[in-house]
Amino acid sequence: MNHKRRLILKGSATAGLVGMAMSAGLLIPRHVLAAWPKAAFDADNVGDTLAALGGSADTPESGDIKIKAPDIAENGAVVPITIETNMQNVESISIIAENNPAPLAASFELGPGAEPYVSTRIKMGQTANIIALVRADGKTMKATKEVKVTIGGCGG
Amino acid sequence: MSTIKIRVKAKNDSVEVKALIKHPMETGQRKDSKTGETIPAQYIQEVVCEHKGTKVMTAHWGPAVSKNPYLSFRFKGGSTGDTIKLSWSDNNGQSDSLEAEIA
Repeated sequence: MNHKRRLILKGSATAGLVGMAMSAGLLIPRHVLAAWPKAAFDADNVGDTLAALGGSADTPESGDIKIKAPDIAENGAVVPITIETNMQNVESISIIAENNPAPLAASFELGPGAEPYVSTRIKMGQTANIIALVRADGKTMKATKEVKVTIGGCGG
Repeated sequence: MSTIKIRVKAKNDSVEVKALIKHPMETGQRKDSKTGETIPAQYIQEVVCEHKGTKVMTAHWGPAVSKNPYLSFRFKGGSTGDTIKLSWSDNNGQSDSLEAEIA
C-alpha cells in the first residue's frame, strides 16, 4: 500500500506525463537546474515533447519560421540547424529531432533584446523531421523540415 | 584556458554572438568499445548570455547538441565596447564563463 503511494507521488512530480509510469525506473535523480525543462528533455516521443513545451500535434505550421538545415546530412553527429523568424515578441525557440531517443535537442529562451535567430549543431540518430517550435506573444507555432542522415550520430 | 571561444560583433543595430564551447556532450547512450560499459552522460544543460546585467538569451540543452557545441544568436541594444558574459553549466555541476567585448 505504502509502496504504491510512493509511486503515485513520483509520477505526479514529473508533470504527469503520459507513460511516465513505464519509464519511472529510468528516472535517476541527478543535479537539475531550476529552470531546465526536465520533463521536455525526458520525453521520449514527439507528442510528449511538444506537450511539455506548450504545443501539441495540432500546433499550427507557420510560413514565417525558417529552418536552415541540410537536406542530406552526411554526418549525423554534427547537423547544423539555424532557425529564424520574422515574428514579433518571440519568447522561445525549440529544436526537436523527431526520431531521436529524446526528441528535444535544444530550447532557447530569448530575452527582451534578443532577435528571433538561433544557430547551433545537433546530433541526429537517423533520418527525421526537424521541428522548430516558436513561442511568440503567448502563441505556439511550428515549422518542419526533413533531414536525411546517412551516418547516425548516436552510435559509438 | 577557457573552454569558451567567442566572437561578438556589432552589425548595423544588432550584435551577433558566435561561440564555441569545448565540451564532450556525452549522451549516456554510448558504450565503451573495449569494456562494453556505458559511458555516463555529461552534457551542458544551460548556457546564459548576459549584457549589462540582463539575460539576453538562455539556452537549455539536452544531450543531442553536438560535441564541442557551436552557438550563434543576435540581440539588439548593445554597442561596441560593451562587455557580454557567456556562461555554461552541465549536468555534473561543472561550469565556466567568459567575458568578451563587443567589437
